[in-house]
Amino acid sequence: METYSTFAAFAQTWGLVYFVAIFLGIVAYALWPTNRARFDDAANIPFRED
Amino acid sequence: MSVWAKHQVLEKNSILLLLGILFVVAIGGLVEIAPLFYLKSTIEKVEGMRPYSPLELAGRNIYIREGCYNCHSQQVRPLRDEVERYGHYSLAAESMYDHPFQWGSKRTGPDLARLGGKYSDEWHKEHLINPRAIVPASIMPGYPFLFRRELDANDIAAHMKTLRLLGVPYTDEQIANAEADLKAQTMPDDPGAAAVQARYPKAVVREFDRNPDRLTEGDALIAYLQMLGTLVDFKLYDNKANFR
Amino acid sequence: MAVATSRSSVTFGEAGAVLALSAGLLLCIYVAANAADSVMTFHALLAAAAAVGGVAAIFSRYASGTRDLRAEIDGKPNYNWGPVKFATIAAVVWGVVGFLAGNILAWQLAFPALNLDLPWTNFGRLRPFHTSVVIFAFGGNALIASSFYVVQKTCRARLAGDMAPWFVVLGYNFFILVAGTGYLFGVTQSKEYAEPEWYADLWLTIVWVAYLLVFLATLWKRKEPHIYVANWFYLAFIVTIAMLHLGNNATLPVSWLGTKSYIAWAGVQDAMFQWWYGHNAVGFFLTAGFLAMMYYFVPKRAERPVYSYRLSIIHFWALIFIYIWAGPHHLHYTSLPDWAQTLGMTFSIMLWMPSWGGMINGLMTLSGAWDKLRTDPVLRMLVVSVAFYGMSTFEGPLMSIKAVNSLSHYTDWTVGHVHSGALGWVGFVSFGTLYCMVPWLWNKKQLYSLKLVNWHFWIATLGIVLYITAMWVAGILQGLMWRAYTGLGFLEYSFIETVEAMHPFYVIRAIGGLLFVIGSVIMAYNLWMTVRHGEAEVPAAARPALQPAE
Repeated sequence: METYSTFAAFAQTWGLVYFVAIFLGIVAYALWPTNRARFDDAANIPFRED
Repeated sequence: MSVWAKHQVLEKNSILLLLGILFVVAIGGLVEIAPLFYLKSTIEKVEGMRPYSPLELAGRNIYIREGCYNCHSQQVRPLRDEVERYGHYSLAAESMYDHPFQWGSKRTGPDLARLGGKYSDEWHKEHLINPRAIVPASIMPGYPFLFRRELDANDIAAHMKTLRLLGVPYTDEQIANAEADLKAQTMPDDPGAAAVQARYPKAVVREFDRNPDRLTEGDALIAYLQMLGTLVDFKLYDNKANFR
Repeated sequence: MAVATSRSSVTFGEAGAVLALSAGLLLCIYVAANAADSVMTFHALLAAAAAVGGVAAIFSRYASGTRDLRAEIDGKPNYNWGPVKFATIAAVVWGVVGFLAGNILAWQLAFPALNLDLPWTNFGRLRPFHTSVVIFAFGGNALIASSFYVVQKTCRARLAGDMAPWFVVLGYNFFILVAGTGYLFGVTQSKEYAEPEWYADLWLTIVWVAYLLVFLATLWKRKEPHIYVANWFYLAFIVTIAMLHLGNNATLPVSWLGTKSYIAWAGVQDAMFQWWYGHNAVGFFLTAGFLAMMYYFVPKRAERPVYSYRLSIIHFWALIFIYIWAGPHHLHYTSLPDWAQTLGMTFSIMLWMPSWGGMINGLMTLSGAWDKLRTDPVLRMLVVSVAFYGMSTFEGPLMSIKAVNSLSHYTDWTVGHVHSGALGWVGFVSFGTLYCMVPWLWNKKQLYSLKLVNWHFWIATLGIVLYITAMWVAGILQGLMWRAYTGLGFLEYSFIETVEAMHPFYVIRAIGGLLFVIGSVIMAYNLWMTVRHGEAEVPAAARPALQPAE
């Protein structure tokens, strides 16, 4: 029970912060202006076939 | 050389992607499932729960084999109409020995969690053979073959041993007498009948399929249906103490 | 490193496969002779026959001298289409079988005499046969075929291994055969969508590991620096299904020579495991895998890149993270603790956002090319599938709200919801994919008949509409009748009255389902004629890269 409460408290605070941070990281990565060219290029992969 | 080095990085990327996926999808399950195993409040404290008797277990396996769970739930929700229609809402404790659980997901037919004792054995037999003979509008399939087939449960002790390995508290005595108990539960006049009830409190001992010459699959299935939801003593159940 | 083209020498893989199959054959004969029950004997003999067939196939392929294992020919990838073609055909055949089985069930619910009251024709045994065949046989083969197709094309590399891809495809279909016949003989774990018994599960585990390795090893051979997003979804599908399969099927057999086993988990924990598995079979098998199809075949067919590649990255991570939590919404108001139910509901509602992100990404890929919907029924099928995806992923979160769920759960509303996703989304996106892939795989200029595709589209769409509207009405009516009270405070309807009220809707649903089956038969005919009589494609020059639609 003790361990459970500790884990639960940790998950409900730091866990939340952690996942929000990861999510924002992914959004930033996906939308970062300098990454744009790379992603536009990747989007064309299906058309570069032999 | 540089091509080779580049190639290695690429390989690592797909492994990184794999690990990232695993990490992300593992969390939800861990958080939702793991606590259920050690949070004591998950399973209520009740009086009366016991493992299935050999005949009930054999009947349960027939219930599973025929796919009854596809149309019948065994889970009364704490909603006014359900409690009035079926009886006390289901407790987690009531399925604590169910490997696997049979809560179901669809009620093409009614819930069966509290079926035990509601109808007579004859009703069940006739209804299983031809549901529309008893309930004209029923859309349930008939199971006449259950009453023609001999129950094949010579290995019932092996089943109970398997369940014991998984945590069901069968005693050595119960396992040693498994086959005898299986037969005795359909023979009310047999001296073994009292022993069945001593080993499995509240077990119903009756000639379930009304055919004393044979121990059929129908016997086992009706024995199982007649005990559903009858074990827990709700007079002794403290709803507030088990609040979660 | 590259495998030599010499057609005379036996490869290491071939020799190993023959050895493994021979060892398997001996094991099967032993099991068949000592089995604890007759179904185990039957399945062991089936496996023995499959092993013999496998050895014969390897020898006949070797003897024919047609195999060419080179990774590249004249600088172009020597794509391995054999296993892809097999899985494609299997998907079509299993699809018709599975839809038909479902339609029989629908008629049984309307007219129960159709159960015939025989063990192997009763609803209870036929229903897992239907669900497994449509999900795992039709859907699974479509996923394996399309993933092996897409991963080769987007990596511009030959599928890794020679025996391994064949093992995946044939081994998977053998699993289906064992599972499907098992249900009819009454062998089941009774865990919905995970009914196959322990030995079938074990076999699937081996096949699945091989699938993962073939997929990964092909990614490692890729010539593009970037892994195309469709492959991300395929990878998430493969990895997560492996995890779910192992967790939900933890089981202990009564005898190593018998079919029966007991699940390691009990009661409430087993319920949670089951719906963690069950909902993510939807999330990762029927969603992530088929989204991968969307991300390849919609752009390909529309001849323009996906609307926003960046949105697809966010879509991917948000979807797989949130989906895995949604399972407990199958257990609202049950004896599962409230905290778990609340978590399940919260994440289910959140799931709406990534789902619609994906839908928007798929639909907007057509911006500037909407006119193609008029002329290309295949593209129309793909686009309508995405629209159905949007509809059912809106309905799902709605039904996961506890108040709504208290009405909808256990009723036919759930069945309708599942089928709007299954027929509309999974079915149509698979049909679109098959219509794309078959001419490409068999080097045909085009499909045998676009007119027939059009017929398929409209007949099946009408079928779906009949199906889901009938189930909405049936489900909501049933839910309301169960909780209806008279003025005196008594329950108004007996249970059987609510069953009687379903009859007209069950008939309408069965008619809708029949239309869907007819559509799939039209497709099977069309694809067959494409393969047999389609006009051969002349090799085209490489197409120039296209600009994004943004």
